[in-house]
This record gives sequence, C-alpha cells and structure tokens, in this order.
Amino acid sequence: MSGSAAATGEVVREQLLTYQDGSERLATISDREIPFPDGRLIVSRTDTAGVITHVNAAFVEMSGYSEAELIGQPHSILRHPDMPAAAFQDLWETIRAGNKWHGYVKNLRKDGACYWVYATVIANLRHGEVVGYTSVRRKPSRRRVEESARSYAAMGGAQAT
Amino acid sequence: MTLNLTVSPDFAPDRLSGWYIFNTWLARQLDTPVHLALYDDFAAQRAAIAADQVDIIYANPFDAAMLVREKGFVPLARPDGQCDEAVIAVEAASPWQCVEDLQPGIRIATTDDPHVHMMSMMMLESADLSQETVTFDACDSYVLVAKALLSGQAGAGFFLSAAFDGLSPVTRKRLRVLIRSQISVIEHVLLTGPGLGGQRQQLQSALLGMAQDTKGAGVLGSLGFDGWQPVEQEDTEFMIDLMETLAS
Ligand SMILES: Cc1cc2nc3c(=O)[nH]c(=O)nc-3n(C[C@H](O)[C@H](O)[C@H](O)COP(=O)(O)O)c2cc1C
Repeated sequence: MSGSAAATGEVVREQLLTYQDGSERLATISDREIPFPDGRLIVSRTDTAGVITHVNAAFVEMSGYSEAELIGQPHSILRHPDMPAAAFQDLWETIRAGNKWHGYVKNLRKDGACYWVYATVIANLRHGEVVGYTSVRRKPSRRRVEESARSYAAMGGAQAT
Repeated sequence: MTLNLTVSPDFAPDRLSGWYIFNTWLARQLDTPVHLALYDDFAAQRAAIAADQVDIIYANPFDAAMLVREKGFVPLARPDGQCDEAVIAVEAASPWQCVEDLQPGIRIATTDDPHVHMMSMMMLESADLSQETVTFDACDSYVLVAKALLSGQAGAGFFLSAAFDGLSPVTRKRLRVLIRSQISVIEHVLLTGPGLGGQRQQLQSALLGMAQDTKGAGVLGSLGFDGWQPVEQEDTEFMIDLMETLAS
C-alpha cells in the first residue's frame, strides 16, 4: 500500500478511512507536513453533535477544503489515521463534562498532506445551556509535536479502537 | 441622573482630548449629563466596575468578557476596522530571527494590557516558553517597552500592534518584529450597563449615524476612528469564547 512519488520523494500511501457513521473514503495520505501559519489561529465551531457550523479563513486555507465543503460536515472530516481514537474519546468526555480540552492534533488535509496543531476546545454556554463547541488551534512547539507523534504511534493510531 | 463613561486605560495618550469631545457629544445625544471617569490602570478601572460606578464603557476585550458574563453589560458597537493584534519585537541587531529562537530565561518587557499580554504569551508557546520559563519587566507604556529593548534591559517586548506602528520612525527602525498576530476577532467594544436599557437603542443609532453627520464625523476624527460598526451580543460571546481558549 505504500509507494513513493518519484518527483518529490514524498512517501504516499492509499488508505481507506472509515468514519463513525459507517461512511468510507479512500484517501491518499502523504508524509508532507504543512507548517502552521505564524501568528494566526485556526478556528471552528460545531453544534453539540460535532457538526461544523463555522470556520475561519485560516481553517479553510489549512484544511484545503472550501467553506461550503466544510459547513454541515462532521468534524471528523479532518481526522488523520495516525490519531488514536482514545485522544478523541478524551476530548468528547472532557467537553461533555463541561471542561476545557487541550491537546496536540495531527489533521488530514483534503490533499492528503497533514498539519499539526495545539487545540483547545470549549463548550459555548448561552443562558446556561451548551449550544455548541468552539475549537481554537495555535502553533504547537516542535518538541511537543514530536512527543505526541511518538505517543500516538505507540497507541497504534486509529487502529487502537 | 449623571451617567458615568469610562475608557479602557490602554487608549492612545494623544486621544485623551478626543474622549472628552466624545463625552460631550454623548451627553448631547442622550440629553443627560455624562461624566468621563478615567482610571490610571486596569486594576483601578475594575474596582470601579465592581462597585457599579460605570454605565458606559469603551472596554478592553479582556474586560468585555467579565462585563458581559458577570455584570450584564450589553455590547453596542466597535470602531470600524480596528482589531487588536499583538507584536513581539526585539532590538534590530538581536540574533533572534523568529519566535522559536527565543530561549528560556529571556527577560520580556510588557505592559499591564491584559489582552496583549495574553496574545503574546500564546505566540511564545511554539518556542516552548511559558510564564515559568521567562521573566517580565513591567512597563507603564509601550514607549517604555521599546526603551527597555533599546537599552538591552529586556531581550524581547510585547506590544499592541497599533502602538508598535505608532512608535516614532527612529525608534521603530531600531526594533524588529519577530511575529505579529493575525487573529482578527479580538477588539475593543463599547458596552452599556444593565441600567441603561431604555437609552441603548437611541445610543446605538446615534453611534452608527456618526460618520454621516458633520459634527459626529468631527468627533470620530478626534478619536481616530472612521465610524462605528454594530456589535451583536453573539459577536461578543464568540470573542469571549475565543479568548477563553487562549487563556492558559
Ligand atoms: C469543536 C470541535 C473541534 C474538533 N476538531 C477536530 C479536528 O480538528 N480534527 C479531528 O480529527 N477531530 C476534531 N474533533 C473531533 C471529532 O468530532 C471526532 O471525534 C474525531 O475526528 C474522531 O472521529 P470519530 O469520532 O468519527 O472517530 C473536534 C470536535 C469538536 C467538538
């Protein structure tokens, strides 16, 4: 399943991604990492089920999808197969309990490249009720990205369900 | 009844007379005496807010969070195209080329401007620096932050972007920007207190019409604003949520 794109020397693999709702997509995944844009924040909001309701310009640029392709989609549209399921279980448990979640996340772009972020997710409270969630991602430190990559690999990525 | 107007202590010093002119304009619009109460620092202003001594405030985004969530203030308007961004700068000849070059133990010149400090600290994270690994040199103004860099007293400085751009050309030439935020959501807002319910609508339409009115345009000019944009409660709630994610 692995091969090399001769022109760029980048390692590329074809992988069938399965989403929680049972849908599948065959993705071309490369090891190419897109650097986080300096000084910017990647922002999105979801409803209480994790369906995207708002994205900012940096989100659109980094994900490689258009705004129209993102709004209304589950947030797992960005899920990278190297991310362990346990990380997202922890995210959902934390925010459902009304707490702030922080973590290092490797995201999958539409073109198969990836980008690492340091993400914070909080619940949006309006008149005492949770109406959705906001995630704000900022530039992670290289040391923390490397640590996270190692520990996610040890957890077996998405296979460790 | 006299209403109390106050302005975030981080307003540009050369706009002081502008805020007095705005105060006079406001009193005329509301047909009510308005008193402009200015505070030396954020702590003094927060004490006045806590004591319910503020009716109308041009608030720092950081304080807007507390005013909306805890004090029942309602956002009315924000100046056109004036988002608050932060700059981390060094002395021009410094060896550091990017934030990631900064090392633990560095001394950083900063002000008590809470949102600028927060945005700047956030930008240091990619260098693996935090409150615990840097030391701060507390300055009373951005001019003093610049001085601390030029004298070598501090290795890096936090600035409100607009304040950095407003430094004298001579000073700016001797400094170098390592990073500038492009967040585009964090902004000062004009808010009214819960006691002002009846006059809110009237005040908002007066603000929004200011640029079209000769007198109003003159007042805007003295504040350095092009006009006001309406702000919905949800716009401010979104800004508050976003800042909450940035607070460590
Ligand atoms: C506000 C918010 C933002 C999220 N952002 C991301 C993201 O950027 N990347 C990602 O893979 N999952 C993100 N998630 C988690 C997804 O909802 C989902 O749990 C995850 O992608 C795992 O997919 P699965 O639940 O289908 O296994 C986010 C969730 C919320 C509530």
